[in-house]
Amino acid sequence: MEVNNSAILPLIILLPLLGGIVNGLFGKHFSRQVSYFIGSTTVLASFLLSVQVFLSLRGLGAAHAEQALRFTLFQWISGGSYSFDFAFLADPLSSMMLLVVTGVGFLVHLYSTSYMDDDPGYARYFSYLNLFVFSMLVLVLGKNLAMLFIGWEGVGACSYLLIGFWFKDMEKAEAGQKAFVVNRIGDIGFLIAMFLLLAYAGGSLDYDSLRTHFSDSIHAVDHPPTITLICLLLFVGACGKSAQIPLYVWLPDAMAGPTPVSALIHAATMVTAGVYMIARLNFIFALSPVAMTVIMLVGALTALMAASIGLVQNDIKKVLAYSTVSQLGYMVMAVGAGAFASGVFHLFTHAFFKACLFLGAGAVIHAMHHEQDIRNYGGLRRKLPVIHATFLISCIAIAGLPPLAGFFSKDAILAETVAFHPETEKLTEYYDGQFTRAAVMELRAGTKDGIVDEAKIAPLAKQNKETYVKSIERLAPLRKVAFGLALLAALMTAFYMFRLYFMTFAGEYRGDHHTFEHAHDSPWPMALPLIVLSGLSVCAGWLGMPFAEGKFNLFEHWLDPVLERGKELVHGHLEPSTEYGLMALSTAVAAFGVALAWSWYKAGPSTQAASLSTAAQPVYNTLLNKYYVDEFYFAVVIKPLRWVSQALFHAVDRLLIDLCMVRLPGYALLGLSQVGRLVQTGDVQTYLVGVVAGVAALAWYLI
Amino acid sequence: MDTSIAQNWLQFHSLSSFPLLTLLCAMPLGFALLALAIPDEQTSAHKAWSFVGSLVTLAVALVVLGGFDRNAVGLQQVDDYAWIPSFGARWTLGVDGLSLPLVMLTAFLMPIIFAGAWSAIDKRWKEFSIAMLILETGMLGSLLAVDLLSFYVFWEIMLVPMYLIVGIWGGKDRIYATVKFFIYTMFGSLLMLVAILWLYQKSGGSFALAQLAALNLSDKEQTWLFAAFALAFLIKVPVFPFHTWLPDAHTEAPTPGSVVLAGVMLKLGTYGLLRFAIPLFPSAMGTFSPLLMTLAVIGIIFGALMAYVQTDVKRLVAYSSVSHLGFVMLGIVIFNEESLQGAVLQGVNHGISTGALFLLVGYLYERRHTREISEFGGIAAKMPVYAAFFVFVTMSSIALPLTNGFVGEFLIFAGSFKEGVQAVIAPVAEAGRWRNTVLVGGGIASLGVVLGAVYMLSMVRRVFFGQITNPANKALHDLDWREKTIMAILACFILWIGVYPSSWLNLSKTTVHAMVLAHRPAILQVRAPLDYKHEAIQHEHADR
Repeated sequence: MEVNNSAILPLIILLPLLGGIVNGLFGKHFSRQVSYFIGSTTVLASFLLSVQVFLSLRGLGAAHAEQALRFTLFQWISGGSYSFDFAFLADPLSSMMLLVVTGVGFLVHLYSTSYMDDDPGYARYFSYLNLFVFSMLVLVLGKNLAMLFIGWEGVGACSYLLIGFWFKDMEKAEAGQKAFVVNRIGDIGFLIAMFLLLAYAGGSLDYDSLRTHFSDSIHAVDHPPTITLICLLLFVGACGKSAQIPLYVWLPDAMAGPTPVSALIHAATMVTAGVYMIARLNFIFALSPVAMTVIMLVGALTALMAASIGLVQNDIKKVLAYSTVSQLGYMVMAVGAGAFASGVFHLFTHAFFKACLFLGAGAVIHAMHHEQDIRNYGGLRRKLPVIHATFLISCIAIAGLPPLAGFFSKDAILAETVAFHPETEKLTEYYDGQFTRAAVMELRAGTKDGIVDEAKIAPLAKQNKETYVKSIERLAPLRKVAFGLALLAALMTAFYMFRLYFMTFAGEYRGDHHTFEHAHDSPWPMALPLIVLSGLSVCAGWLGMPFAEGKFNLFEHWLDPVLERGKELVHGHLEPSTEYGLMALSTAVAAFGVALAWSWYKAGPSTQAASLSTAAQPVYNTLLNKYYVDEFYFAVVIKPLRWVSQALFHAVDRLLIDLCMVRLPGYALLGLSQVGRLVQTGDVQTYLVGVVAGVAALAWYLI
Repeated sequence: MDTSIAQNWLQFHSLSSFPLLTLLCAMPLGFALLALAIPDEQTSAHKAWSFVGSLVTLAVALVVLGGFDRNAVGLQQVDDYAWIPSFGARWTLGVDGLSLPLVMLTAFLMPIIFAGAWSAIDKRWKEFSIAMLILETGMLGSLLAVDLLSFYVFWEIMLVPMYLIVGIWGGKDRIYATVKFFIYTMFGSLLMLVAILWLYQKSGGSFALAQLAALNLSDKEQTWLFAAFALAFLIKVPVFPFHTWLPDAHTEAPTPGSVVLAGVMLKLGTYGLLRFAIPLFPSAMGTFSPLLMTLAVIGIIFGALMAYVQTDVKRLVAYSSVSHLGFVMLGIVIFNEESLQGAVLQGVNHGISTGALFLLVGYLYERRHTREISEFGGIAAKMPVYAAFFVFVTMSSIALPLTNGFVGEFLIFAGSFKEGVQAVIAPVAEAGRWRNTVLVGGGIASLGVVLGAVYMLSMVRRVFFGQITNPANKALHDLDWREKTIMAILACFILWIGVYPSSWLNLSKTTVHAMVLAHRPAILQVRAPLDYKHEAIQHEHADR
């Protein structure tokens, strides 16, 4: 029987839900203060309870074999041999996510009370935001994949509502729809993967039972290609939610939503769900080095591509959006390279500095009367000192300069990508039975009666195994490619972030002076979150010190119970000297990027930058237009879909089926009756001619 | 144990001492007859009377539900009387896990429909309420009857009121639509009548389902008879390519007609397959599985694509029904416990969600007398409550988790992929072909999940979001208390089934289990012979 040892877990989830419902149903009768109070305090309470969960898990640490709290509410869906509970699990990974979601969530709620103060839709806003926190908490606290999926689609729906929050603007509504649909495409992959897991792994989606199934070679579910397929399908889901190539296109458009929403949903929490899922299912992913390599490369490519677009964007939120896509690429690359802990670590640090950047951007936009073009900023340092200071700190953090948070997490990722090394021995041990099974099946397919020559099995199985090992070893050079891409992306990140910083805060003001005069620093509900988040952007990295061979890496140790199996299967090792070398390299690269941005943009846009963009006009335009990917999708997917549907509607549905197959037989019958009617003339002589002719014909036939 | 469950599923588990089901079935008819006594012009009296009639029927249905044993195999609360002794036709009504969810859905939707009709129907209320109440008797009877002649009678009774409802209270092309609907469905049912008569003479004079199911039919007979039955049901569902009557009928029907059509009548097609066609001719079901699977998958995608290009909101919802019923068909064809439970539940879900959508579209039509998407735009600003309900029901229609639509679709797909994956040891060509059909079909069908979001959200966006550009929309007023109450009730059901589906799934669990035990082997034997052997072995192991 299940242990139900923490009734706090459902409470953490129910509070924001309750807030969302109350604000949603009765919000229009509330004053602003009441709405704000309900919205924020429910999340604050969830945060405090999350701290409680974290502490009790820490207490469980050494004494218990297992570091987890569970709570089952009821059986959710059951059909045939499948059943899924509405149940929660708090283990080190989900407790860490809990703190991020409720912590950043509360700060964003607090910030919103000031940011949305002139919006008449405040109750609706807080209702959606609460519902989002609820969905996100279900996602991270779920005990099985079905629960995760509730949150997974729930955050998608809330994001749809929040992106299109100002629905009177059609563009914003379209952005919301695009986000939902693109996420749905990913969700199909995720769904099919779940169905396959159900069919292969004994009808349960519980993490615990999945882990058992995928850890023990006796239960080995299927041969490597099937596992790879399942992993890749899961990854399709992650591509949608975590905005990876080719499904990243919704995230930049999602900036149509209110800026605090971008900070919470499209930077700190929802978009990291894919990374969380892969880390959560590390014991499956690690079984497929092929899928891992694909994930690693997609992540690295996304990191680079998005960073390159970020180089030339002029909308403050767009730069941050592409930077988010790029940073998500890092996280995905990390989990793909088996650096599960580092990927999650980057998720953790990124949540702080990126939320701080977005909230800072929101504060700037707020102060600048909704101006978002950085070409019209400049010199805001003196005018907005608090925003400036916090923004600068986060910029240093994301650029990866020591000793701020981004440095440690990014460096860990780079190092572990170089060290990525699937443990072939452990893998072949797991797949051992499958090699034999495949051999038996292959031999049996060659026979008529299904009787197999026993002696042939073992050699063929061995051959299968060798082919498999070789196929894995062939993947090894690709990790260097990923490392190269990621390093280049790191350079770009440092550059575009400081381009953004200098363009906004340094030099002289370039916009409308009326706006400048009225610009003022943020009120406390906006300033406080910025200060807290920038503080975390400084310190959060210290939890994952790489020195002394990871002895001080508290973060990684904390996650060990969850990531154990993944680590066992993919264990990279680096010499400390290499590691310090890489650290120096990445710091140098980041410093170079910052320096470059300083020399070109320290006093606003310089002539060097302008001349470079004219000199490389085609490249510049391609980047400015985001590689024309949206246009490509429109031409290749959206337009043809409409066109094909129209054609099918007119040609097949109306013409072929409705007219030819349904109505024509009817008309034919009518026509036939018209012909038949001609016979019935009422003229006796005609009838008589008919009778005579008939008799004659009959006579002729008979004789 | 297993064999007795399999044998008993069409037998009577419990006879009723009081003819409760007959009462349930006759209740609406009785109210209809009494309505004759109310003078024509007393519209309010007719409104009240028919509403009360449907509520009393609902109360009786709740009594049936209260007496229902979820764990029993076979038909319960059976009323079994001689009806036309000279023909051997009997009056046999019974309820089990297959029919009860739909009985409850029917009884629950009727008061909603009547309350919704108060503003939607503006003429000849007497005739309207009588037609609707007779229709309810027809639907309940079709769901409860297990003697084929009485089933057929009820099945045909449904046609007449529906014909009138579309023909009298419908839109401007109502005559074309209603004649098409009538002839099309009649054509299908006549073939079924021929098949029923064939079975009747073959059995030596019985219409009783259990007896007919025990007949030994040759493969050829099975094939032809199944085809005749299935055609009637497939037209009703409707399955691609027999669907073209549906958009016409829906578009022309008045709101209550659309709700009853989508909510209950379409489900009778899928119900008929499960109750009659498959138990009577299981191996023919095996033969036809690949074809039906293909049609179901085409229906899902095709219906969605058609919905995407409609310019009339109601036509869009009608085509979405084709797509949604494709999912239900998929669950039926796969025929394992997971998929069937999903299919039974999805029938109920579709009734609630699509019914709600038709009501919502009706609200808008009453205000603006148009349903063209291009006439609207930005109306969320004028009708926030309406917009909230519409978006909520849309989320249910596109199967967001924690709404009803998700549970059904999830189980159907989970069952399909289970069928496709079957961890058998021998992947020899014969069984593999069916498995591949299922996997490919399931993969394609899952695209319907995306397309559903595409057409629904596009419509929502064009109707509700953006600026109001059409001056006619500036005077729109939001829902009144009656409209809100109706939607709130439906919304509660959407959430109930989405969050705690067990109360519905448990209704059908035992029956579905018995059905699968009874008929799956015969079906598998034809469509995937090696899987069949494997499953048989597994069952032996389980028994030991």
